[in-house]
Amino acid sequence: MTESASNTPGTAGGSRRVLLLLGWVWVGAPFAYGLYELALKLKLLLTG
Amino acid sequence: MAVPLVPRFLARSRTIAPAGWSRWLIPPAALSIHLAIGQAYAWSVFKPPLEDSLGLSGTASALPFQVAIVMLGLSAAFGGTLVERNGPRWAMFVSAVCFSTGFLISALGAATEQYWLIVLGYGFVGGIGLGIGYISPVSTLIKWFPDRPGMATGIAIMGFGGGALIASPWSAQMLESFGGDPSGIAQTFLVMGLVYAVFMTLGVLLVRVPTQDAAPEQPGAAADRTASGQVSARNAVRTPQFWCLWVVLCLNVTAGIGILEKAAPMITDFFSGTSTPVSAAAAAGFVGALSLANMLGRFVWSSVSDLVGRKNIYRVYLGVGALLYLALATGGDASKPLFIVCAAVILSFYGGGFATVPAYLKDLFGTYQVGAIHGRLLTAWSTAGILGPLIVNAVADSQEASGHSGTDLYTTSFYVMISLLVVGFLANELIRPVHSRFHEPAGGTAIHETGTAPEEAAK
Repeated sequence: MTESASNTPGTAGGSRRVLLLLGWVWVGAPFAYGLYELALKLKLLLTG
Repeated sequence: MAVPLVPRFLARSRTIAPAGWSRWLIPPAALSIHLAIGQAYAWSVFKPPLEDSLGLSGTASALPFQVAIVMLGLSAAFGGTLVERNGPRWAMFVSAVCFSTGFLISALGAATEQYWLIVLGYGFVGGIGLGIGYISPVSTLIKWFPDRPGMATGIAIMGFGGGALIASPWSAQMLESFGGDPSGIAQTFLVMGLVYAVFMTLGVLLVRVPTQDAAPEQPGAAADRTASGQVSARNAVRTPQFWCLWVVLCLNVTAGIGILEKAAPMITDFFSGTSTPVSAAAAAGFVGALSLANMLGRFVWSSVSDLVGRKNIYRVYLGVGALLYLALATGGDASKPLFIVCAAVILSFYGGGFATVPAYLKDLFGTYQVGAIHGRLLTAWSTAGILGPLIVNAVADSQEASGHSGTDLYTTSFYVMISLLVVGFLANELIRPVHSRFHEPAGGTAIHETGTAPEEAAK
């Protein structure tokens, strides 16, 4: 992974890390919900 | 060129990444758009309540989705150059506004029982949001990840596959809570429009274009595969490479749709006369397994293409895909696991074909107007969307009319798919580097290399 954060002051670097986490949680949470619902369907293939 | 109609906040010059901006913030920005617009594949959830409450036929209730897909192709093809010129933030904003407004107009249509408003809102207005949104992050991702363009675009385009996984159970649950009458449908559309507007805003706020300094170093291996010259969208459609790739994408998608279109009845019919028949619930599980394969293929195969090269990965999609179809046609009913695995791998190739094509375009035509070229190439998707179901349904109907059942309903269409994949394989073999006469003159591509228009940079 290449980052371009080497010249960033500490506070800005910290807030970017928070932003990074929030960004991935923002899209990851609904995606996880979709995967959970899909797993319920897949169970039907094995048991149905 | 500066575009005066674009508000300052949305202008390309306002989206240049500041020092220290992580390129790993760009995939969530792209995903917030693609996870939303991927809802299109979950339209079928609305069909039964619309048919019951507004007295529509099955054909009529499919109309908003069909109009949306046509608008996706048209807006991607004709809006691609605007997306390149105005930048990803403008494109994501337009996509979010159109897609959300489409739902709000549809809510009004459902509440007043004016079906044409649903067709206009979801199909026409929302469809523009689909097309612009689909191509909005592509060139930006490729520029941020020059060392792994396949993986980067694979993440975003996987989101489009994942969007239906979220929207399908979510909208079904809302319809259950609000009710399947016009008022309940209207409330569901309203909530979806508002939630998607908020969700997509993250992409608008987060997306940044790289400056030359912020763009990561390009390792030699990846740079070697990059086009030696930059080609404009106008010139790209004049090259044989574009049309060979158009054929490749169209036929790969057609082959995937061949299974997607009739997945549930297909597995039921294949094993109806065996000792292990498939229940309706298991068939629904099979459809879920194909969705997962489609989604994973988008990320996994496009990431693999960064290592093995784009031409080689399409050899796999088309060549191995044809062999898997042959296995299904000749012995698909012999083993249920074999049938499921073959179908799932074919669907992973279908998804992989979508996700790898932006990187293939970048290799051939450079990054200059890759988003616009991608938009034009998506007309192959629209064509395949008509061709695939037409072949499978026509063959199945004619076989049924002549008294056939079980596997006989599908084997002819499988052989048609094999032929199409072989033609696609040959088209892929014909793809060579683009002739230098199509390249842009040096210095003419500054806006896309730096993220800043020359006149803006001079200020």
